[in-house]
Amino acid sequence: MSEAKELQELADKEYEFGFVTDVESDSIPAGLDEETIREISRRKDEPDWLLEYRLKSYRYWLTMKDPSWAKVDRNVIDYQKIIYYSAPKPKKELKSLDEVDPELLDTFEKLGISLDEQKRLSGVAVDAVFDSVSVATTFSDKLADLGIIFGSFSDAVKNHPELVRKYLGSVVPYTDNFFAALNSAVFSDGSFCYIPAGVRCPMELSTYFRINAEGTGQFERTLIVADERSTVSYLEGCTAPMRDENQLHAAVVELVALEDATIKYSTVQNWYPGDAEGVGGIYNFVTKRGLCKGDRSKISWTQVETGSAITWKYPSCILKGDNSVGEFYSVALTNNYQQADTGTKMVHIGKGTTSTIVSKGISAGHGQNTYRGLVDVKKGAEGARNYSQCDSMLLGDRCGAHTFPYIEVRNPSAKVEHEATTSKIGEDQIFYCNQRGISTEDAVSMIVNGFCKEVFSELPMEFAVEAQKLLAVSLEGSVG
Amino acid sequence: MNRKKDEMLLDVQDLHVSVDGTEILRGLNLQVKAGEVHAIMGPNGSGKSTLANVLAGREEYQVDSGTVRYNGLDLLELSADERACEGIFMAFQYPVSIPGISTAYFLRSALNSIRRYRDESEVDPIDFLEMIRSKVELVGIDEKLLQRAVNDGFSGGEKKRNEILQMAVLDPKLAILDETDSGLDIDALRIVAEGVNSLRADDRAIVVVTHYQRLLDHIIPDHVHVLSGGRIVRSGDKTLAQELERDGYAGLGVDDARAGSRT
Repeated sequence: MSEAKELQELADKEYEFGFVTDVESDSIPAGLDEETIREISRRKDEPDWLLEYRLKSYRYWLTMKDPSWAKVDRNVIDYQKIIYYSAPKPKKELKSLDEVDPELLDTFEKLGISLDEQKRLSGVAVDAVFDSVSVATTFSDKLADLGIIFGSFSDAVKNHPELVRKYLGSVVPYTDNFFAALNSAVFSDGSFCYIPAGVRCPMELSTYFRINAEGTGQFERTLIVADERSTVSYLEGCTAPMRDENQLHAAVVELVALEDATIKYSTVQNWYPGDAEGVGGIYNFVTKRGLCKGDRSKISWTQVETGSAITWKYPSCILKGDNSVGEFYSVALTNNYQQADTGTKMVHIGKGTTSTIVSKGISAGHGQNTYRGLVDVKKGAEGARNYSQCDSMLLGDRCGAHTFPYIEVRNPSAKVEHEATTSKIGEDQIFYCNQRGISTEDAVSMIVNGFCKEVFSELPMEFAVEAQKLLAVSLEGSVG
Repeated sequence: MNRKKDEMLLDVQDLHVSVDGTEILRGLNLQVKAGEVHAIMGPNGSGKSTLANVLAGREEYQVDSGTVRYNGLDLLELSADERACEGIFMAFQYPVSIPGISTAYFLRSALNSIRRYRDESEVDPIDFLEMIRSKVELVGIDEKLLQRAVNDGFSGGEKKRNEILQMAVLDPKLAILDETDSGLDIDALRIVAEGVNSLRADDRAIVVVTHYQRLLDHIIPDHVHVLSGGRIVRSGDKTLAQELERDGYAGLGVDDARAGSRT
């Protein structure tokens, strides 16, 4: 076997989604002021209340400082250099998939996101967001028969303004943090989903995000409302071309679960991570939060974070309803010069609330991986329980793993457990695999997959397979 | 290429090996033909495990000089995984655990790696379960063990049986058993030995590395070598092992004083 050839193949494979699609885009010039926001709102033909919300958010954002408390080393972001709105042309109302630009469909095919027949077979409804707008949503009609609303955020604003108005900002207010305020001012599109009372959504709902245009930021907004006794499983995936600059992705995701409702939210994040020297890559600064509003409601976050130059996010649960349940399962992998500061907040307000946190951090190359989590048990959270497990795995001796668990308990009946481990992949394990004919690359990927198993088993089947492959690709070149 | 019975499979000439700057093997010679079973015996610290690990391609072992021809190849040029793909199998003295990976998955991955190397088609999970079933019986392990993570929480006996199971599935040309008898009670020893015996074949050689003679009551070797001070000091047939059992290493004039140093 030619080693040189093998290495070359690996090098070529590093980030297979790094291509740029040649579609004309219709953008607003870079820069941000009130006029930019009015222009976004105008182009989207939005109602006045939404423009007001944006402006209020923008004015608040102006009073805030770019935060620096995360354990990440990053370039200063010049917010005047970002393009806040970019849409693939022609921007006309699409009646069916046939009208979508073939270049775009081709892009999603390359990403393995077939928007037509294939997905129909596998039973996943997909909403595809390309730069700032949603380009296609599949299965909307079938879902509509059940009363499920699933589609782009813009459509929801037009067709279901009462729902959007009621819940927008109800979990993540625009005052929440710097990037949430920015997102609330300039968000362009995203997905909206409403599951009516008593309905169990019969298929996985999925949004696929793609940043394509140069110099753009992506500020999508996702809002999912599960009415009483309803159940939904939602997936999101994301990729971007390879560019030397750092592109900002500052999304906001809000989930609301009413009485006895369950929301399962899974993410496989594979934004461009930058090159081996740490040049370029996406800044993934996202605010995700779920509100377990009703009694016995449940919100479960599962994330596999392998991309981005910097990942900085804490998908959280506000456990307001009595006996509500919050879960957070996470795999974060940092290779080369990637950095991740991620974790969760579990806020126990209702009685008998329970939360589970399982975090697996893998650091390779010069990667820095931080788990930061808060378990906050409020005074009234009688009998609240939390179990947290944070495991770190190191590959090589130039990377780092850090754990910052914060625990605040104001109710004496609460039970909070925290376990943490750090391990290094052993030479013995690799030799054992080698001796059975398994190459070192495959051995590392196998051992890491074993390490992440508890999290992968929470993912829907096809995502679990994708996540495993992604880990293998992301780890390439990480071992001697 | 497949060797027929009596063809030279492994030819070790004047092998010198050191670990962390200490010379362990000092001019070792060994010739093994297809179809044969060789026993390498010797006191602690004589270099038995070093020999096994060097043949398997472990990197911490530094080959200072000498040659190893295996099946027409320069063995020392190959990486550990290439050697495995070329048909060398080592049953470990201390098999490591790999949490989160089932034994079945691990073994199928190993088998498919080797098959890919040989340009053979991969085995799917269904066919694999079919083919592994008879092997499971052969080594007398509980089929449920296949669903448990590799060696994770296995008893000493389960680990050794799992090694023999892997040997049966991977079908090596040269199998090296490194102290496979250590930590086994007599029943487990017998089952493991039966497994090994059933794998004796004209086109396969087996090298059994052991401190004690008791394993050789069950696996009858064609040749017995006594290793001392990094060299083979005596070779003979199975009666040499019996002699050793009777008189001890001291009776053969072999010094056991290096006990405790790295083997």
